[in-house]
Amino acid sequence: MPYPYTPPDYYLLDELLSDEHKIIRSAVRDWVDRSVMPVIEEAAQNHEFPLRFIRELGELGAFGPFIPEKYGGAGMDHIAYGVIMTELERGDSAIRSAASVQTSLVMYPIYTFGSEEQKRKYLPKLASGELIGCFGLTEPNHGSDPGSMETRIRDMGDHYLLNGAKMWITNSPIADIAVVWAKDDDGKVRGLIAEKGMKGFSAPETRNKWSLRASVTGELVFDNVKIPKENILPGIKGLKGPLMCLNSARYGIAWGAVGAATDCYNTALQYSLERKQFDQPIASFQLQQKKLAEALTEITKAQLLVWRLGVLKNQGKATPAQISMAKRNNVEMALKVARETRQILGAMGITGDFPMMRHMMNLESVITYEGTHDVHLLITGADITGINAFGIKAKNR
Amino acid sequence: MKILVCISNVPDTTTKIKLTADQSAVDLANVQWIINPWDELALTRALELKETSGGKIEKVTVMTVGTQSAEPTMRKALAIGADDAIRVNAEPQDAYFTAQQIAHALKDEHYDIILCGIESSDYNGSAMGNMLSEFMELPAVSSVSNIEIDGDQVKVNREIPGGYEVVEPELPFVAVVQKGIAKEPRIPSMRGIMMARRKPLKVVEPAEAEALTEFVRYEPPKPKAACKMVDADNVEELVELLHNEAKII
Repeated sequence: MPYPYTPPDYYLLDELLSDEHKIIRSAVRDWVDRSVMPVIEEAAQNHEFPLRFIRELGELGAFGPFIPEKYGGAGMDHIAYGVIMTELERGDSAIRSAASVQTSLVMYPIYTFGSEEQKRKYLPKLASGELIGCFGLTEPNHGSDPGSMETRIRDMGDHYLLNGAKMWITNSPIADIAVVWAKDDDGKVRGLIAEKGMKGFSAPETRNKWSLRASVTGELVFDNVKIPKENILPGIKGLKGPLMCLNSARYGIAWGAVGAATDCYNTALQYSLERKQFDQPIASFQLQQKKLAEALTEITKAQLLVWRLGVLKNQGKATPAQISMAKRNNVEMALKVARETRQILGAMGITGDFPMMRHMMNLESVITYEGTHDVHLLITGADITGINAFGIKAKNR
Repeated sequence: MKILVCISNVPDTTTKIKLTADQSAVDLANVQWIINPWDELALTRALELKETSGGKIEKVTVMTVGTQSAEPTMRKALAIGADDAIRVNAEPQDAYFTAQQIAHALKDEHYDIILCGIESSDYNGSAMGNMLSEFMELPAVSSVSNIEIDGDQVKVNREIPGGYEVVEPELPFVAVVQKGIAKEPRIPSMRGIMMARRKPLKVVEPAEAEALTEFVRYEPPKPKAACKMVDADNVEELVELLHNEAKII
């Protein structure tokens, strides 16, 4: 860790957080400082996810913070969830991704759509990190258009038969369970819980990524997998189910991206005050100040955006389109901040001694997953015009 | 058996300290507050002792002298695992004042072990713990780097030059602890933070007490003087500068 982490709070947003939110923030920040920062660069370089993070995130309570205590969560509000995501992504998008998936894409659907039995069986173990979960929606032929998914479940009387393949699945190779979305005999999208060890279920790893290198990514392959009927999520039918999960995850990403950006900004500001050229700190040059001032402006706007979104989410008023706008804006902001602040460090900025390149490469995934940058713009476009521009088929729906 | 841990509410150690315009006080605007690092380690050790005591230690209480603004720090101590908290509602002035307030608030309470950090990271006065033992008329052990409970006996390691001595103080006693007391402070879990909401935090009004010291003025350290470089081969110039300019030889 080259510099102490003192993130900017230019508009005194701390005054809008409760004391509890600040305790949450300092706890997660301390964990990141102690557990993540000493090893994350090496983990990313080696393309490895340190598995101990799962147990430690569970002990910290970063899995399912808004899930009620009786199911192993902490019963916190959505701003607390956002604050946790920001601190984790300051460490690395891989760590935030692990917590996002477990919380928003696995625990959230089981809590929201699951039976009481499913909640009791899975949620406490997912909260503690004893079980790792993953989420299967995207397919090799269907990314932005999940409604055309090919994965199917066939009713066999006393069980379902699952066939199909999912791709780009965070944590699939190490997961114990997968929340999978598949179409039933009526063509309706259903959610189900597949368990590792079920015959015909495999999860090969996707290697050679240039991004999220400290995160495990893979596929889910289902070849006539027998799914007991009690593993179907009873509370939802249709594409709305996975989209509600994505909403929760995108909300967390909008907060998380701020952490990656503030890590880059904090590093560049301190470096620019120390590094001298022409006998003066490079921070004294206008072109460096421009980069820093613009980065801080964009970070401050992003902080305000997610804080307001958090208030709306706590009130149950945050719309999917508002969440799309924040996810899109904040991830692009973070990516630009990473690129610009990398330049302030000159050649040093490309080394693993500083975090910019790692964040920048990670953010290329973050700007693509959970709805691509383009798709989020179309969501806003559809919201303001009332006209869906996703494609001819979508238009005619 | 009960343990009390005295907690000081101090600025985060990464805070850039600024002074007010007249230099009569520290500008506390936008300062993040934390548990004094020595006190946080003392709390960690107290919780370790409780957890391994097989029920013998019934509770760990944290206590501070501070205004309402110190409550988040106390809530954090509760989130880390303390069972309850006491806050004496007064602005701490100096060690004498603070020790008097704690002694007064504990007049009708009984704790077997009272832990105080050896100093606080704001003013580093290193006086409160020993003053407290004097006011409470209790034995004190200073520079404590370990505490073990063995049956009814408490064994305390006290750092001395070249090693440590093992002391078996009579209970109750005050232990003034230093950094080796616990490996690293505990990080509160999210569930701990939520549980802290429901734990008791008692506020007691301060006693009549005086401070014996007064902060008159603060001065930031002078900026470092420019460094003069001397060629490694030029010993004569070095000696000349040390003799005539630095006047140290």
